[in-house]
Amino acid sequence: MTIGLFIPCYIYQLYPQVGQATYTLLTRLGYQVEVPEKPACCGQPMSNSGFAKLGTGCITDFAREYASFDHIVSPSGSCVLHLKESLEAQHSPLAHRVYELCEFLHDIAKVDSLPSRFPHRVGLHQSCHGLRGLGLGSPSECMVPAFSKPAHLLQMVAGLELVPLDRCDECCGFGGTFSVFESDVSVSMGRDRIHDHITHGAEFITSADMSCLMHLGGLLSREAPQVKVLHIAEILAGTAEKELAVDGNGLP
Amino acid sequence: MNHATAAHEFQRDPARAAWHDQTLWMVRTKRDRMAARVPEWEQLREAASQIKEHTLSKLADYLEQFADNAEANGIHVHWAADGDEHNRIVHSILEKRGARKLVKSKSMLTEECHLNPYLEKHGIEVIDTDLGERIVQLQKMPPSHIVMPAIHLKRAKVGEVFHEHLGTPAGLDDPQQLTEAARQHLRQHFLTADAALTGVNFAIAETGGFVVCTNEGNADMGAHLAPVHIACMGLEKIIPQQVHLGVFLRLLARSATGQPSTVFSSHFIKPRPGQEMHIVIVDTGRSRQLARPDYRKSLACIRCAACFNTCPVYRRSGGYSYSYFIAGPIGSILAPNVDKAAHSSMPFASTLCGSCTAVCPVKIDIHTQLLKWRQDITGSGYTPWWKKAAMQVTAFIVSCPPLFRLGGWLMRKTTPLLNLLRLDPWTKHRDLTTPPKQTFRQWHNKQSNKIKTAP
Repeated sequence: MTIGLFIPCYIYQLYPQVGQATYTLLTRLGYQVEVPEKPACCGQPMSNSGFAKLGTGCITDFAREYASFDHIVSPSGSCVLHLKESLEAQHSPLAHRVYELCEFLHDIAKVDSLPSRFPHRVGLHQSCHGLRGLGLGSPSECMVPAFSKPAHLLQMVAGLELVPLDRCDECCGFGGTFSVFESDVSVSMGRDRIHDHITHGAEFITSADMSCLMHLGGLLSREAPQVKVLHIAEILAGTAEKELAVDGNGLP
Repeated sequence: MNHATAAHEFQRDPARAAWHDQTLWMVRTKRDRMAARVPEWEQLREAASQIKEHTLSKLADYLEQFADNAEANGIHVHWAADGDEHNRIVHSILEKRGARKLVKSKSMLTEECHLNPYLEKHGIEVIDTDLGERIVQLQKMPPSHIVMPAIHLKRAKVGEVFHEHLGTPAGLDDPQQLTEAARQHLRQHFLTADAALTGVNFAIAETGGFVVCTNEGNADMGAHLAPVHIACMGLEKIIPQQVHLGVFLRLLARSATGQPSTVFSSHFIKPRPGQEMHIVIVDTGRSRQLARPDYRKSLACIRCAACFNTCPVYRRSGGYSYSYFIAGPIGSILAPNVDKAAHSSMPFASTLCGSCTAVCPVKIDIHTQLLKWRQDITGSGYTPWWKKAAMQVTAFIVSCPPLFRLGGWLMRKTTPLLNLLRLDPWTKHRDLTTPPKQTFRQWHNKQSNKIKTAP
């Protein structure tokens, strides 16, 4: 089966290791992976800022470039949610073929074991769009049986210990352009999140959304550089350990 | 003042901001514990949502049924198109009876209509009798939260306010003594009031009766002692039948404060002998909102404020940072209906995390409506030019691969300098990530070449 891999703009430019880990994971599971060049972005920054019309080109490009794939995967809950909602609004059948990485591994590939090892204490940041938007887990507001697809996958990684948190799914405050236009509240929310993880002894914070980690990592770098952020794909693919051995962000 | 600027002010005292966050988070966790004890919680939410949807689809019929039944019970029913008309109606009722003092239990509707200043201008003394609301009234401030009006004040501050206005000893911060002082103070007003005004939590079409929920019994004290009882309600407060109350009363207090029920859920059906009872039903933009498919569900709100308590932005910016008298997520989808220009920053005071939608006992799609209002507001031109320009530039860059590659290269090259200067809103508090040696595309191209050249 061939998978269309969608690498969001900021991962393409700033976090290639996340794309690489996703690619590695999927190819190792036996999938053929293709990465069309367009679109670079899902259009969410424009939409969340109130300019959804400026983002329609992204959706049109996406619908054209990815039309031939049965399954489209992206390592970003937020971008996937935006793609799904925008495609649904256009009644595009593609809406039901786009998956966030954990969702794909859990629901479609039905992964039940991983060869990876990561002997560290890890805090899972449940990104809101993945959690409440895509239903990757049970939100704490809802009185339903507890579950979490990302946590389920992380538990397959040898040596990994998930730390408990006081506020298991509070927003980190990134919120796209909110992080810039409402930076005071955004930073205050981010600080509270990192302190929750640090208090519980996390060495790493992971998430299915690199954008939350870009914000949390930016704060950690100033306030607690001993704690690092890693996208969940890097831990699941086992590429994190290698990267840490290099210099924390370079590719092998 | 826009929300970001007001929030900046609130965050200038980080210790107080953290206290505010923790206080409201505690209410959210109480709500979680209480909701978890109801096995059919999610079914209750669904039932409440459907009852409200149904009611909104036949609102005019239910309103008429309610008014007919209320009148048959001996209640005078008045209709007000807006706040001004509401205020004139209330004043005319009081004037006819020669009333000089009005005791009021908590009614956000009268805040919306600015009733207090209107009546005071006409020489009528208005005493808010909800403890929290009385505290902020003494301070000449509006409530910062629709259920807990003085939640932003610490005990010591309440002691100061009481010292100044009620003559309690300076430095008093014992909750019991402060409450006792308020009790004595309010009792005098209850006993000497000429009329009582209450809000309405639920108006039942089938019976013409209505229910008022309080924790302090102040609505009852007022209504049972005064010769005139005026109840004011927005036209969305209707539910079809008495049996539906069971659904809403089980959800309301648990969602609001994490109590199984409010201490008082008082049912008013007709005036007692010799008493005069009035209901004022107010529109003020509600029928306009009802006609907007994207936003009509906002009229299902039962004003529990669970969305306030769960909202990480509200908790860290306080009620006064919102330009509308109803703050928080629900206020942010109600306000633009009233005045889009004046409240244009409110729908942007959210990360769209969706916690408000998930916590809402009547399942209002609050965060989706926030996003829709954003489009509406920018579409109407209520957005700074530079924000629009920034978005146009972004949209253009991501649509053109060579430009996108160039932009990324430029960004990676300037990152170290930006981190050093710390001048922009991002790097002021956060580092940009250390730029990688290659982009994903560069890595992927090498990867593809390797596969192609492999034997």
